[in-house]
Amino acid sequence: MTAEAIAEAPVRPVEATPGKQPMIGAPVRRREDRRLITGQGRYLDDLELPGAYEAAFVRTPHASARIRSIDTTAAARLPGVIGIWTGADLPELVKPIPPKVSNPLLRDMPRYPLPPERVHFVGEPVAVVVAESRYVAEDAVELIEVDYEVLPAVSSTTAALAPDAPRVHDELDDNVAIHVTQVAGEPEEALRTAPHRLSERFVIARGGGHSMECRGVAARYDVGTGQLTVWPSTQSPHYTRNMLAYFYGMDEDDVRVVVPRDSGGGFGPKAQFHGEDAVIPYVAMLLRHPVKWIEDRSENFVATMMERNQVHHVEVGFDDDGKLIVVKNVFEHDQGAYCAGLQVPMITLSTLPGQYRIPNIHTELIGCYTNMVPTSSVRGAGRPQAVVAMERMMDRIAEHLGLDPAEVRLRNMIRADEFPYKVGLTFRDGSPLTYDSGDFPSLTKAVLARFDYDGERERQALARSAGRLVGIGLGAYVEGCGLGPYEGARLRLTNDGTVLVTLAATPLGQGYETIYAQIASDAMGLDMEHIAVATGDTSRIPFGQGSFASRTTVTAGSATLQAGRELREKIFEVAAVLLGAPAEELCFQGDRVCAGGDPGRSVSLRDIVQVSNIGKHGITMPRGVPAGIEVTSYFSPERASYASGIHAATVEVDPDTGQIKILRYVIGHDCGNVINPLLVDGQVLGGFAHGIGNALYEESFYDDAGQPQSASYLDYSLPSAIEVPKVELVHQFTPSPLNPLGVKGAGEGGTIPVPATIANAVEDALRPFGARITSLPITPAKVFAAMTATNHR
Amino acid sequence: MPESPSGTRTGHETQVVRTTVNGVEREAEVATRLTLADFLRHELRLTGTHVGCEHGVCGACTVHVDGAAVRSCLMLAVQANGRRVDTVEGLAGPDGELAPIQEAFSKHHALQCGFCTSGFLMSVAEALKEGPIETEQAAREVLGGNICRCTGYAGMVDAVLEASQTSYPTAKGEHA
Amino acid sequence: MKPRPFTYLAPTSVDEALAALAEHSFDAKVLAGGQSLAPLLNFRMASPEYLIDINDVAGLDRVRRVDGGWHIPALVRQRTVERSPELRAAFPLLPAALEQVAHPQIRNRGTVCGSLAHADPAAELPTVMTALDATMRVASVRGEREVPAEEFFQFHFTTSLEDDELLVGVTVDDLPPATSTGFAEFAPRHGDFALAAVAGVVTRASDGAVGAVRLVASGVAARPQRLTAAEKVLLGQRPTPDVVGAAERAARGEVDPTGDIHASADYRRHLVGVLARRVLTTIAEEGDHA
Repeated sequence: MTAEAIAEAPVRPVEATPGKQPMIGAPVRRREDRRLITGQGRYLDDLELPGAYEAAFVRTPHASARIRSIDTTAAARLPGVIGIWTGADLPELVKPIPPKVSNPLLRDMPRYPLPPERVHFVGEPVAVVVAESRYVAEDAVELIEVDYEVLPAVSSTTAALAPDAPRVHDELDDNVAIHVTQVAGEPEEALRTAPHRLSERFVIARGGGHSMECRGVAARYDVGTGQLTVWPSTQSPHYTRNMLAYFYGMDEDDVRVVVPRDSGGGFGPKAQFHGEDAVIPYVAMLLRHPVKWIEDRSENFVATMMERNQVHHVEVGFDDDGKLIVVKNVFEHDQGAYCAGLQVPMITLSTLPGQYRIPNIHTELIGCYTNMVPTSSVRGAGRPQAVVAMERMMDRIAEHLGLDPAEVRLRNMIRADEFPYKVGLTFRDGSPLTYDSGDFPSLTKAVLARFDYDGERERQALARSAGRLVGIGLGAYVEGCGLGPYEGARLRLTNDGTVLVTLAATPLGQGYETIYAQIASDAMGLDMEHIAVATGDTSRIPFGQGSFASRTTVTAGSATLQAGRELREKIFEVAAVLLGAPAEELCFQGDRVCAGGDPGRSVSLRDIVQVSNIGKHGITMPRGVPAGIEVTSYFSPERASYASGIHAATVEVDPDTGQIKILRYVIGHDCGNVINPLLVDGQVLGGFAHGIGNALYEESFYDDAGQPQSASYLDYSLPSAIEVPKVELVHQFTPSPLNPLGVKGAGEGGTIPVPATIANAVEDALRPFGARITSLPITPAKVFAAMTATNHR
Repeated sequence: MPESPSGTRTGHETQVVRTTVNGVEREAEVATRLTLADFLRHELRLTGTHVGCEHGVCGACTVHVDGAAVRSCLMLAVQANGRRVDTVEGLAGPDGELAPIQEAFSKHHALQCGFCTSGFLMSVAEALKEGPIETEQAAREVLGGNICRCTGYAGMVDAVLEASQTSYPTAKGEHA
Repeated sequence: MKPRPFTYLAPTSVDEALAALAEHSFDAKVLAGGQSLAPLLNFRMASPEYLIDINDVAGLDRVRRVDGGWHIPALVRQRTVERSPELRAAFPLLPAALEQVAHPQIRNRGTVCGSLAHADPAAELPTVMTALDATMRVASVRGEREVPAEEFFQFHFTTSLEDDELLVGVTVDDLPPATSTGFAEFAPRHGDFALAAVAGVVTRASDGAVGAVRLVASGVAARPQRLTAAEKVLLGQRPTPDVVGAAERAARGEVDPTGDIHASADYRRHLVGVLARRVLTTIAEEGDHA
């Protein structure tokens, strides 16, 4: 962590109790750590479910096929096999899983948990085996014979859009799932009359979330209570509960979803509902016995949703000063075999203009069905692709005009006094796309200063004259975050005098037990040690959305703040009666409420809970004391807030091999006020590593028949500590006016501009060759090909 | 429903394995195909060792066998017979005192979801036994055999350098 | 990703191991370090009926000096070789290559002979042993035989081992005086399988000219490939930059790799040239300073 990041204190949004050290903004070490570094964490596969059966799935090896028959006889005879079900055996589950985010224009095709007739991507489950152990279940899977009628498949948007393409879904006359265009101003006219125009095609590969813990779900049905308890590895317990209640026709109160206390990363795919999530609890109910399915990495590679694959056709028009007049971007989005949700392409659609003032915009989405695993959000969620389209063209404009790329950006950036800034497009919730706050030029200048941009350019020139291929790249972005609809916090004084903060959102490593205690501590003026945080159990708080889209600090944080303030008032109301002092004179001292700062006139939280919550059977409450010290508060942002940032990189390309080495990397980041700078830095740096993977290493290959070609870590490279370079962080804190904490999301900004920044730097390094980098990730092989192509020109 | 003895529900052939895990002698009858990782986790209930890829790349399952850091997903439980196995649960002292690398991981926010953490700690612990780790590059190489998807490794690099300083106070390091 | 069932055998002597191999031959797999085999078992891509674990076999875990060379028996871990002062001194090529093999946690367990018997054409050790002209010691109940490295590696994951044979060790002869070695590989990410690698062993005559040379590439064919055209360019010449450049072109011209998702054939061919040049440049500098 850089010392600077911690030293720059954010604006303090909350009045703290006099004398109490404010917790919001403090680099508090995490409460979660001790159990995790001593091996005492409890992840899904660590749960004690004595005697639980284990499941494995039969998955189609064909990208497009009709199931003729499934023979389970041999498998059923295997000792240790408890049960086998095909899709046809479970007609109750032949219900489509609705897209998480839809649009009236979507031509939605049904996605079944266990499709009985027709499969559309390699890895789609067609039968489930439940056995005494996973070992035996896998043995049985191999004994199940499925007769498939194999059909032609498509495995790219280009193939999907070809005139004679095989159709992914028989019901549709082509492979277009959705076609949406948004326009601001008069883009066609502007393109026609712009003094300069440039266009390019950019391809961004498929890549995955790759949480180190794969997916999984365990379930137990209690016949006595009629309650189904489900432990999924999910980012959205309430979403899972609602989906299961819908599938099983059960009341939502009879489905309890509990996310284990520890979760081994999410990154988006775990915010989606996969077919296995519906199948496992159902067979547990049929069997009246606990069943557990822990996805293995082989399954994760083929059956867990991915993201990123898009092809962008972008065109810009600009004047002699490099000022943007118009941007037009038509992009093909690979939706995979089904539309699990439209959030990703819709985000791409609206992220395009970024930090720039652009009077004319045309942004057009062509969403395609392909015979590959469906796509959904992965850290960054559609934004890195839009940033590639925009930021790569900013460099091309500079190159075309012989201007400095930093200068071109600064000339086009929205000024600090223009907020709230209306972009001219419509956000995915239908409201006018509006940036709440930010100061793009000042953050850019701070990053350039830290980067020593001018000096870096001089060093680049020196290196170039010595024959070295050194390049500099910039990448600016905005990130719509802190999305609605709402998130809640339930604060209660428990019988032992602890304030318990219960959240519906569930953590995936972000440190909720720490940061929500920090927020509640400042909201109440109560020391953190008397505050505990519980998460991820639908029986503890009735409504919630989940942890995704860098939204939780905004929504659950604001709800915690609000609830904390109200809980303090309630506690003081009781204390005022018990102490005979006016509430205004009260404050917390340790676990006691004190009147006038006099420890002699104080009452403990335990005493208060004894009166207010526990009570005495049949005895009247003291006059003026409210019963039940508990507050539940929900926060619904009026619209998304916008975090922003800009990255700067220097890279060197080995002319022999095309290998790329990152020499410098500076991240400028503005996510508004910061609750815990230690953890925000962690989010940014972790997101950055993911971006490095997208920029340089990660690609999920499929062949023309839709067969996955990179289905292990031998063929899919995640960056290690050796590949991820050291980063220098520059922070700016522009509070959001849209929530009382003034915070914005921090989970994805580190990822978003990395592919564009690195690509800009690599192309800059190759400028002596005039080589073009238009395909991500940028592998040495692609660099070599780009250099060779221009050599032969 | 049929009940089987612990550790044998995984196949037809079993064998008795006797091994010392974190200093405690353990004996169990296990299926011969049971991996060491599954044995530690599901038979001995030492769930601090995590399974992330089962093909030896991610490193989440790293443990020490006879003092050497190895992937427990690539060993069979029966191969631990007669050997000493140490897991993340044994890193802290008997009184709960954290090892320097554990303390440094927390201080430098070197973990987020924590799933990969045990494997990193075991890899670093082995490297630290061999000698000081004095440069950022050396720290990155020690960390390079494990994968973390959350942290971006910056905190881990600082943690390794600090733990090395704690363990080898006279060695020179990049960080004071 | 759990292995299929198998019968587990843990012989404690070479004779027992060979007897088991003779009995089960085609249905058996030998388990040494397991760093290649265990992933295949977990993926269910290998499914032996019998797993013959040789880790308890006595006498196979120590490197020993033999007449005119060193013998590395079947249970010697890669890390042991990498750390052995004697072997580092005798064959700098071994640590240079081994440090590129995966990661320490894999090399702690993985054996030198296991990697050779696995015969992955992208792996470092088969290439290095071919460059060192090592000799495989192969045994079965039928007797023992010696196989030169160049004959041992035959095809992707295929050696000249018969189903009942065990690779009990590999012997590497001491290098002649005035010999320099070099190793270079290109992997996109540290620890990954290399897209291509080149190992070189060059012995200089008294006038500084190349007297003997073995240049071997991996990643370009179904087995380690000797770059004979490049060797010819070098023989009898001082390895000046011009000669090295000619060898680079020859190396590029004589390989015929196939492309895959990670690299085109063209790119691999280009890499072999670059790596050959890098290896030869290092060797030339070392020899010139010797």
